[in-house]
Amino acid sequence: MKAWKRRGARVIAGFDQQEAAVLRGLVRQVEDMLRARAESAPQDELAQLTGIKAGPSTAPDDPVLQRLLPDFYRLDDDQPSRQDQDEVAALRSLHEPELVEAKLGVAAVVLETLSPQGGEVRLSLEQADAWLSAINDVRLALGTALDVQEDMPDELPEDDPRAPHLGVYHWLTYLQESLVQAMAA
Amino acid sequence: MPAAIDPQVDPEVEELGKTDKPWQTVVWNDPVNLMSYVTYVFQKLFGYSRDHATKLMLDVHHKGKAVVSSGSKDKVEGDVAKLHAAGLWATMQKPS
Repeated sequence: MKAWKRRGARVIAGFDQQEAAVLRGLVRQVEDMLRARAESAPQDELAQLTGIKAGPSTAPDDPVLQRLLPDFYRLDDDQPSRQDQDEVAALRSLHEPELVEAKLGVAAVVLETLSPQGGEVRLSLEQADAWLSAINDVRLALGTALDVQEDMPDELPEDDPRAPHLGVYHWLTYLQESLVQAMAA
Repeated sequence: MPAAIDPQVDPEVEELGKTDKPWQTVVWNDPVNLMSYVTYVFQKLFGYSRDHATKLMLDVHHKGKAVVSSGSKDKVEGDVAKLHAAGLWATMQKPS
């Protein structure tokens, strides 16, 4: 694909079929992880009556989900107080459902606006903001899985099992950077 | 109809008045988020100028973290939630 272009209140880019398949596949993987996390949340009758969902009070074990759904406090590593731990748990339980909803919402915008066959994508500025968040979630997920560091090389040694995936990560970086530039123009 | 004068103290002001220092929203450096995207998010979420947003982004990048907003506990909690939705690594803290 070429860089995103801004035309007034629209941003436009073209995707070939393979690019569309890769991006849609990754967005769906993030969706699946978030849905599984949401389904693991406690169900209670009060929540069903009020419609106010309570999320899990503990952070996910999976490092990718941990990065997508961070804690509200950074506790002292050695001896966090009981009160601080309770506060972290309470804020996660309160906010995680809406955070998961927001991430599923932006993922849905990408899947609705990017055809499985590829082709031209024309986004309103609102849709483009959803794309920015969704691409970023995919980069966070892939970056965490690949243990990406700040000074990541363009290519890894051939025997590194992460090597084939790094190209996709760099392509997502290009996609994101180009869309930010188009939005900021 | 004119607005009634509310005799109650604004809860936000009251909360701030009780505590000397406001709560802070902290954004931490991470190896994935792009500098341009972080700047864009600061501008969009907080209405900061490009210069101010860029300065905060560079603080995050070079110093490992930056305080990007402050205020009542509720406000800061909301700011952290919005930053999480944008994919930034943010936490809240109360200066001791």
